[in-house]
Amino acid sequence: MITAKEVEVDLICYHCGQPCDEEVNFIDEKPFCCFGCKTVFEILHSNNLCDYYNLSDSPGARVDLSDASKYHYLDEPEVRKKLLTFESETFSKVIFYIPSIHCISCIWLLENLHKLDAGIIRSDVNFPKKSVTIDFNSSQVKLSRIAALLDSVGYFPSISLEGEKVLQDQSQKALVIKLAVAGFCFGNVMLFSFPEYLGIDHSDENLLLVFSWLNWSLSVPVFFFSAFDYLKAAWKSFKQKQINIDVPIAAGLIALFFRSSYDIFTATGPGYLDSFTGLVFFLLIGRWFQGKTYESLAFDRDFKSYFPLAVHKKQEHDWKPIIIYELRTGDEVRIRNMEIIPADCVLNSEQAYIDYSFVTGESKPIKVKVGDRIFAGGRLIGQPIEVVIEKPTSQSHLTSLWNNEAFRKREESNYQKIIDRSARVFTWIVMGIASATAVYWQVVAPKEMWLVLTSVLMVACPCALALAAPFTYGSMLRTFGKNNFYLKNADVIERMAVIDSVVFDKTGTLTHTKKPSVLFHGELSTQEMGYVKALTSCSTHPLSNLVNHFIRQTSNYSIENFREFPGQGLEAKVNGRLLRVGSAVFVGFKGLLPAQASCVFVSLDNEVNGYFTIASSLRHNIGQMISRLGHKCVALLSGDNDSDKVAMAQLFGNKVILNFNQTPHDKLDFIRSLQQQGKKVMMLGDGLNDAGAMKQSNVGIAITDDTGTFTPACDGILQGDRLNQLDDFLALAKKSSSILKVAFSISFFYNAIALTFAVTGHLTPLTAAILMPISSVSVVGFSTLAVNYVSRHLSKNRPL
Amino acid sequence: MTIIILLISISLAIALCFLGAFIWSLRSGQYDDVYGPSVRLLFDDKVERKEK
Repeated sequence: MITAKEVEVDLICYHCGQPCDEEVNFIDEKPFCCFGCKTVFEILHSNNLCDYYNLSDSPGARVDLSDASKYHYLDEPEVRKKLLTFESETFSKVIFYIPSIHCISCIWLLENLHKLDAGIIRSDVNFPKKSVTIDFNSSQVKLSRIAALLDSVGYFPSISLEGEKVLQDQSQKALVIKLAVAGFCFGNVMLFSFPEYLGIDHSDENLLLVFSWLNWSLSVPVFFFSAFDYLKAAWKSFKQKQINIDVPIAAGLIALFFRSSYDIFTATGPGYLDSFTGLVFFLLIGRWFQGKTYESLAFDRDFKSYFPLAVHKKQEHDWKPIIIYELRTGDEVRIRNMEIIPADCVLNSEQAYIDYSFVTGESKPIKVKVGDRIFAGGRLIGQPIEVVIEKPTSQSHLTSLWNNEAFRKREESNYQKIIDRSARVFTWIVMGIASATAVYWQVVAPKEMWLVLTSVLMVACPCALALAAPFTYGSMLRTFGKNNFYLKNADVIERMAVIDSVVFDKTGTLTHTKKPSVLFHGELSTQEMGYVKALTSCSTHPLSNLVNHFIRQTSNYSIENFREFPGQGLEAKVNGRLLRVGSAVFVGFKGLLPAQASCVFVSLDNEVNGYFTIASSLRHNIGQMISRLGHKCVALLSGDNDSDKVAMAQLFGNKVILNFNQTPHDKLDFIRSLQQQGKKVMMLGDGLNDAGAMKQSNVGIAITDDTGTFTPACDGILQGDRLNQLDDFLALAKKSSSILKVAFSISFFYNAIALTFAVTGHLTPLTAAILMPISSVSVVGFSTLAVNYVSRHLSKNRPL
Repeated sequence: MTIIILLISISLAIALCFLGAFIWSLRSGQYDDVYGPSVRLLFDDKVERKEK
């Protein structure tokens, strides 16, 4: 006899804040939704760490209890060596990335780790990076123990053996130092130039001379340190015989610096050093503004960060952890519940359920029998299994996708940025004007020729032009970020602006992966529903689980003669009545089968009472978004079978291509064929199976419900509940291109004014010092305000 | 007017010190986490009260 579990509704878990649907445990009158959450509370309670719950409400993350032995591989010498940033006999240092860090309580608990284990000396959380640095005594506590400890309190570390992101961090820091130096020098040069501006006290020639020498010494570090990147980049593109925006900038900077130096050395004038330092300062601000990155998000993950780092391999009757790249054909490996299959292999155990949803998009787990092949990337659900490896990880069916040339192409290699196109035109015009001016002055007044020529080059420096793009795209990037759309960098917006075809993945992208919608059609009393709940709780079949979770009530009935018919259904006497749950044939249903979903039929005493439909549920308001996209929406590529075809056809209309049963390679090829027709394609997906298509597409966007979870390599990460605003985002990207063009014309306008001064030989240091900042400030102001103006409705339309 | 030269050199020297201090603070990682410290400030307070 089996008794079903107690079930209550409307209780919120004290630990994780989720409703307690399935079971509820009480400690001190505090409800807990699962055993995992309860265990965390007990650990914290016994260590006097319950302040954790006072700092914010229900701060925890739901915990799936896992076996501590899964971290044993961390104690392998090579793994250890790669992970530890410092190691001595008694003192070691490790940095763990922990995706679930999200609130004050997290910081507090993680910095009190030393209370949980005496071997931990101190721990420091870096909140924006979601990482924790742990100093520990390696003679007292093992690395695996620390990882297991973190896991046991709900902060599972995400471990990768490849050092990443450090480089980018350094370059941004170096940029800020350059910016600080430029800003410092700019401010002081302005100060020392004031007497010159105001024309005070020309009687004291010596003082003015001191000021100009001071200015000169302040601008030397600006030229050789702060502006060095521009000079280097210009030299590089000059050697490659390509003209980009850096070339005219570098020409202007060189002209400004050397002309000013000449003026000061010969004591013929004060030079243009205030304009020069200001220019470098503004340029660097633009670069810094554009360099906004989302530190806690990773855009470059490949399959390696999805796969486990190690599995247990059989070695002489013993199971030892081994890193998956060392797996060879023929190795015997044990996989546990919820673990990812590391390589293509053959099942040695009797049977297993494998969830391929992330690999193929197929949402229902697949049953595998002994001797069947299992593909890498699937997730095991249920009992532990033993498998024999067929192919090493890197050559498996799924991972061979990464050998495709799409992954080898250099990023944005054939893409010509708007700014560089404009710069090319601009440079030719300036060169034309400069040579015409030079010829004219050579004829009229040869003495003045060099002075006028350098003036022309100086004012032609397209500082405002170079600022327009960083500020327009940089502000747009921030606006998108505020609306849960995180882009890898500002260049992505420019590519988004020209997108004319959008391709969707189905499962996980348009639909929720985890929450299929279950509906009951027919007649069953509450009590009879209870019978169904009791019966389905005896089965591990995925559909039984879904039905079981759907019925929210207490069910306490006795079950007799329970029988499970594989592939058909369940049968038992519940409370004295014969209950059958299963397929239409199994219960004897003879009516018309509903088309678009999986069904589970219910019969009581051989009479069919109704059925449950289980369909993947679409995200909110997707239909409207698709109709607003109109002809831009080109195709749906699903790795799933075509059971949803009718529903999808209704959603997309008849002009959109609907392809089902697509392999990852099919998806990639489809995107490529679209591109060969000259289309600019955006691909939206969520799983590993979309990785190839996203890489091949012009803009690949990953959809996720939780930014802490795995997303394949992409150009941007969009939160699932904002997918219905995709058309808004695309329209805004397009608008930012128009804003950029207006900003360009403003900048050209100022350049034209300045050039008239220069060409006629009337450019004084004062006019330069006024014109240059004004043009920069007005372009920056216009771009930022315009972006905020066009995107003001974005947060208002936020879905509820 | 020579006094102005003295004043300028003093002010420039002080300003340079501040620039140096900024660069040092940046290099030593003080801006890496600008959220954490504000929160940490509150923790100690709470723990102490409990111990009393």
